[in-house]
Amino acid sequence: MTELSTHSKFKIVNVSRRDLLKGVAATGGLVLAAQFPAVRGALAAYPTGADAMPNGVVSNPKVFVSIAGDGTVSIVAARAEMGNGAARTALPMILADELEADWARVRVVQSPGDERTYGNQDTDGSRSVRHWIQPMRHCGAAARLMLETAAAARWKVDVSEVQAQLHEVVHRPSGRKFGFGELAAKAAGLPVPAADKVKLKEESAFRYIGKGAVRISDLVDITTGKAIYGQDVMLPGMKFAVIARPPVVGGRVASVDTSAALKVPGVEKIVTLQPTPAPYKFGPLGGVAVIARNTWAALKGREALKITWDDGPNKAHDSRTYRAQLEAAVKQPGKVERNVGDVDKALASAARVITAEYYAPHIHHATMEPPAAAARMSHGKWEIWAPVQSPGQARDDIAAALGIASAEITVQPTLLGGGFGRKSKCDFAIEAALLSKDLGGAPVKVVWTREDDVRHGFYHTVTAERFEAGLDASNKVIAWRHRSAAPTILSTFAPGQKHPFDIELGMGWVDTPFDVPNIRMESGEAQNHVRIGWFRSVNNVAHAWSIQSFVAEMAQQLGKDPKDFLLELIGPPRIIDPRQQVTTPWWNYGEPFETYPIDTGRLRRVTELAAKEAGWGKQLPKGQGLGIAAHRSFVTYVATVVHVVVGDKGRISIPRVDTAIDCGYCVHPERVRSQIEGAAVMGLTLAKHGAITLRNGAIEQSNFNDYQLVRIDESPLDTRTHIVPHPISVPPSGVGEPGVPPFAPALCNAIFAATGKRIRQLPIGDQLA
Amino acid sequence: MRDHKVKEETVANLRVNGQERTYDGDPSMPLLWYLRDELGLTGTKFGCGAALCGNCTVHVDGTASRACVTPMSAVSGKAVVTIEGLNPKGEHPVQVAWRELGVPQCGYCQTGQIMQAAALLARKPGPTDAEITEGMSGNLCRCGCYQRIHAAVRAAAKGA
Repeated sequence: MTELSTHSKFKIVNVSRRDLLKGVAATGGLVLAAQFPAVRGALAAYPTGADAMPNGVVSNPKVFVSIAGDGTVSIVAARAEMGNGAARTALPMILADELEADWARVRVVQSPGDERTYGNQDTDGSRSVRHWIQPMRHCGAAARLMLETAAAARWKVDVSEVQAQLHEVVHRPSGRKFGFGELAAKAAGLPVPAADKVKLKEESAFRYIGKGAVRISDLVDITTGKAIYGQDVMLPGMKFAVIARPPVVGGRVASVDTSAALKVPGVEKIVTLQPTPAPYKFGPLGGVAVIARNTWAALKGREALKITWDDGPNKAHDSRTYRAQLEAAVKQPGKVERNVGDVDKALASAARVITAEYYAPHIHHATMEPPAAAARMSHGKWEIWAPVQSPGQARDDIAAALGIASAEITVQPTLLGGGFGRKSKCDFAIEAALLSKDLGGAPVKVVWTREDDVRHGFYHTVTAERFEAGLDASNKVIAWRHRSAAPTILSTFAPGQKHPFDIELGMGWVDTPFDVPNIRMESGEAQNHVRIGWFRSVNNVAHAWSIQSFVAEMAQQLGKDPKDFLLELIGPPRIIDPRQQVTTPWWNYGEPFETYPIDTGRLRRVTELAAKEAGWGKQLPKGQGLGIAAHRSFVTYVATVVHVVVGDKGRISIPRVDTAIDCGYCVHPERVRSQIEGAAVMGLTLAKHGAITLRNGAIEQSNFNDYQLVRIDESPLDTRTHIVPHPISVPPSGVGEPGVPPFAPALCNAIFAATGKRIRQLPIGDQLA
Repeated sequence: MRDHKVKEETVANLRVNGQERTYDGDPSMPLLWYLRDELGLTGTKFGCGAALCGNCTVHVDGTASRACVTPMSAVSGKAVVTIEGLNPKGEHPVQVAWRELGVPQCGYCQTGQIMQAAALLARKPGPTDAEITEGMSGNLCRCGCYQRIHAAVRAAAKGA
């Protein structure tokens, strides 16, 4: 068997911190070692939520950058790379720019999970650039000053006379130069400069930041098959395992007959795993593991198992009756989550009340790479390779499952073949560790099949949303009551949770930025029966879809243009502060309000920009329509206009999408466009196809035949991204997620414009047929 | 290659990326697992196991095939090319176009997409836009890179 690290630049074995240091030390470079205490804190020009994250941020160049004698600059990527290009491209690029490094001579090195060294590594919430641009700039600028100081000492001149310039340090008066590699050893011996000595570049001096010309770090490996994902990890002597998991969450093995499975050639061992009791957290589901000499033998062995399941407390759960419960919940008063004025009185006195209800089902991440992880014990220490979004947390969770200290375990993230929130949950990596433990530390890889992935996920919540809007005699909206009932993510972590918590409330719901004098949001009770998790954009998906659909419905009933009416509801440019109006302390994506307020001027601007670029108002042939939606999420403002053609039998095609995004200063415009293009496709999938349903407690879908994803023949192929330009003084905000929420409502509004058919439940499926 | 405890009959003599190989295991084992688990050629990805996503696309005697449903018994005497063997320098026009247009996000499906596109262009050097869409419709991408995939196939067709 081939050890994959030998043919990959994404060297799984060599990317561990230990090996990095060894390699750099051997070439006499700028050795960055753990013996230097980490500089903690953002050293920030403006505050962000970074410091409030577990383990915060680290701004020490000795943690993140090293320079070898040959001039190769190694920059540590400590966050997970799942495809948006932040972890392994944008953040190292930011550091390299401030360092004045030549990007062609930069090597990106993936760190293991270790938040004490690297700061927070939890890669979700569209936080990477917005939390790390300041620390990465500081690291690069500080390392640049160390190189300049080293050069000045060699030349015996004042440091003010020297300047780093594209991988060299130049003595300006004489024109003398040293390459970075020549200075590395001397620079390594210098102390990290005090924060007030470090000077960041002017924006005009950026080589890479803001340009979008730097390609993703793994582009060549990805296009030649050398990129290593979790499924691809191969270790010498490794066994392969698949697991038959309880079909119903909370279930367990009642009995198992392994005799036929053990006769399958290549099957070596069968292990029964205990389920994690509720609340399930990220714990494995238990079941029966078949360990074999290759994946195929393990799969055949699993097919031959005869298992009787005890389905446990959720065995009666059914999506159809559950839907009725959620819809009943939003028809009665719920827990007040935000209150402005007196909605009851305003609705009672309204000249007209418009009401609508919406329903969206569970959906699933369906990352192209199904979960997988490999584990072994080597020299008395555990080593885990896994495509995890939160390697530091995975390390702690796996250590707890093994009953050892986190220091005894290395978690090495691979590339992630898609994440979208699924791979924040490290249940699959815990499985690998437990099986390796059962094998006495021998190497084993747990492979999830697509069926495993679809049936044993952490699902995006299911939701019923009900709106009542009161209008006065002049058709001005005077009351807005929005009730929502959806099982909460919190139920996966704590018993008895039946209402949303601050994060869910803050995701495009209690922060609804409308200019209405009487507003109330109420949550209905929802008892959960599955594992609920976060899916890209999280509760923003259903909130934006229902709110923005309802706005367009109101416009239609009032005979107003949907774009104009949306702008009327958003109201004049102003700052909205919901903090005194909410029951649960308001969550602003973890960010300080002062840095990232709700600015309706910015929401208006993206709405107007998307409309203008799409040619809003143009005449279209019969069966075609434009729809618009705007939504603030992850402290970014996005508006989308979808142009839809509804053909025979309700067949949808989308000739064009225009999306305007205001993400503050844009660090990598080309990757932002890529995210927006992808968001349109994911938005279309969840609008058109996506539905996870349960019967008798078990997921009914299994693979891409019954959990369909949009294919290229349904996909928009002309998505145009319009980025609102800002100077670097405007803090960057989220990019990975905010593109998704406006798509489905823009599409549904376009479908209405084209056909007069209003979509009030997702997926669209055959509703147009 | 691992040692098998029991000497089994030869099931397949095949050529993988130009190299002769002999396989003597379960004849029903899909080519996918032979490539990945036995040869360590992990550029061919596992996505669905049921020919629904195209992540495992390889060329069998030049035809794009889903390795996840191609049993070893069916590839005896055949020439299999994987992403690792598509071009000695990794510079097939499709690979070059993929890089020029910055197609990948997570990248997981891209080797299958590239193998599908390469076979499509070999069969039909100047495809129309509709033929590109049709030819690539068996390959799923969850990140949603279709716009660039389509553009890259067109660019590769022009450059080829």
